[in-house]
Amino acid sequence: MARAVSSRRKAINTAVAWAIGLLIFFPILWTILTSFKTEAQAIADPPIFLGFDWTLENYRIVQERSNYMRFLWNSVIIAGFSTILGVIIAVPAAWSMAFVPSRRTKDILLWMLSTKMLPAVGVLYPIYLICIELGVLDNRVALVVIIMLINLPIIVWMLYTYFREIPGEILEAARMDGASLRNEILYVLTPMAVPGIASTVLLNFILAWNEAFWTLNLTAVNAAPLTAFIASYSSPEGLFFAKLSAASTMAIAPILILGWFSQKQLVRGLTFGAVK
Amino acid sequence: MTTTQRLLGTVAGIGLASGMAATAMAQDTTITIATVNNGDMVRMQGYTDQFTEETGIGVEWVTLEENVLRQRVTTDITTGGGQFDIMTIGMYEAPIWAANDWLVPLDDLSDDYNAEDILPAMRAGLSYNGTLYAAPFYGESSMIMYRTDLMEEAGLEMPEEPTWQFIREAAAAMTDRDADINGICLRGKAGWGEGGAFIMTMANSFGARPVNEDWEPQLDSEAWAETLTFFTEMMAESGPAGYATNGFNENLSLFQQGKCGMWIDATVAASFVTNPEESEVADSVGFALAPSAEGVDKKANWLWAWALAIPAGTEQADAAKQFIEWSTSTDYIELVAENEGWANVPPGARTSLYENENYADVPFADLTLASIDAADPTNPTVDPVPYTGVQFAAIPEWAGMWGQVSQEFSAAYAGQQSVEEALEQGQAIMTDALEAAGY
Repeated sequence: MARAVSSRRKAINTAVAWAIGLLIFFPILWTILTSFKTEAQAIADPPIFLGFDWTLENYRIVQERSNYMRFLWNSVIIAGFSTILGVIIAVPAAWSMAFVPSRRTKDILLWMLSTKMLPAVGVLYPIYLICIELGVLDNRVALVVIIMLINLPIIVWMLYTYFREIPGEILEAARMDGASLRNEILYVLTPMAVPGIASTVLLNFILAWNEAFWTLNLTAVNAAPLTAFIASYSSPEGLFFAKLSAASTMAIAPILILGWFSQKQLVRGLTFGAVK
Repeated sequence: MTTTQRLLGTVAGIGLASGMAATAMAQDTTITIATVNNGDMVRMQGYTDQFTEETGIGVEWVTLEENVLRQRVTTDITTGGGQFDIMTIGMYEAPIWAANDWLVPLDDLSDDYNAEDILPAMRAGLSYNGTLYAAPFYGESSMIMYRTDLMEEAGLEMPEEPTWQFIREAAAAMTDRDADINGICLRGKAGWGEGGAFIMTMANSFGARPVNEDWEPQLDSEAWAETLTFFTEMMAESGPAGYATNGFNENLSLFQQGKCGMWIDATVAASFVTNPEESEVADSVGFALAPSAEGVDKKANWLWAWALAIPAGTEQADAAKQFIEWSTSTDYIELVAENEGWANVPPGARTSLYENENYADVPFADLTLASIDAADPTNPTVDPVPYTGVQFAAIPEWAGMWGQVSQEFSAAYAGQQSVEEALEQGQAIMTDALEAAGY
């Protein structure tokens, strides 16, 4: 009897989880469905869910009008390198805060996080002027550095949280065995923190991929990533929702696929911490 | 070499390669154009290869949503970023930017271009001190688009120059809530270029003005109270639910699905609502001049142009000028007509288009021209005002200030506050903004 109640509860929990999951995923699903409709079907009221004539016309038009691969390549470069660079800087920073804390460590962590509280537009002009001065407007390297700096507080915070859960005695033992600081971080700490580092990398890659303020304001032709690709299909005077949906689907597809394949790692890192 | 060193080497290598690639691209004779994603602009991008073939000048497009584009090009021009050789700007920006010496004057266009052919209203709105600073790619006003079948069913006939009272009565007669038909659809969405633009034109046609000759706000006047009260009452009687958040696209969607009896909006919408592939009511759409209140000679229609301008400081001003001459010429209009029909040519920019016999067959051509002619940016209101512009005042503070005021109006449309409160708030916002700016 107890087993039957348990099974029912399990079924209810599963159903609720699926319902919530579908609810969260619905906007993306709707975007994908709309991308296969005609413009007239896209604005139909009542909305058409599945009973429409599926067409690839919007994808053809988007492909014809825009150089998708150029935008995609820029997104990969900007999101990829900003994440790698951020992790390279954040690992030693998080190590020192987790294992050699000072009286001011917590203040420094809070200060780092406080930089995220300033609206980006507040520093648009200074950053823009610096880019002009350095000749790096519409340049991928500039965006890699800027987006890395924007995400750095989050990377440090996440790694700090994971590192805190690693017993300091293990590192002490490594030191007693003669490991240098570099070897301690590279060969002792990092392997133990792999799930945490992996989830940090994935989450920050997604954040960098979706970053839309700086990538729209600091790029034109050469460095424009997929956020600019989507923005080019939004129109206040004309109904181009189907084409916009096709462009959006093409922009989110790579990150969606990456997220799908790495979801186990991502969830494990986010829910269980480093070495639990 | 260790893994870390290899990684750093790779990062630096890619950085160097990106920098070199950017430098190499800048050396080509290529111009970069920032533009909006509107139908006519997108169409123009399709013909760019032809321009490149004729001149050898390459063209790179940066297409952005209107509000993003505004922020992007404004940042670039105010800092001298030099990212663009041509910017698509509106009638609001042209005189303000020209006054700041941010634009290259277009006073040496070739004789073949025939700048005198540009419609006088467009020329006036895109000039500063009599000099043209942006060439209109397409221009628009606003007019009434209405369902001829519903009007007939209601036993009414649209007059040539309707009054607001007639519009209100006709809207009530056409409204059929059971059939999901709203007598009238109008913009209520906050934003100086959305609902804020519409209510300005309506106020003009009620004899109101936003400021007096001394830049003192006038939202506490009788005429403004009458305008806003009339608007909210009419929309409550015959407008769609949730109209406070409806802008151009929302109303276009409603009209195309046969859910609006009348719609007063941009003249460029005429080509959308009469296109059978997009509109369910394509064969029963009529057009009329925007209305005015009884006894007022100003109509509720605006004037706008999307125009091409060259930012001062570009190193490719000559190539940019060549592109502007090509894309806003009569030859370009003929090129589009030949390939896509006369209904799809960019409207509202050139006088000769409206003298063309072929274009006369387009059902909305005459009304578009009449609407543009009815708007006077130098004399937009019944009582005098110290600015130019019809649905806006061409001052830098307008976008921010009127954006806030329109939020107060939208709150009143949504029933969150009364008309009196909205006007009171608006008056306070304008007083603060104009005083702070030293007017």
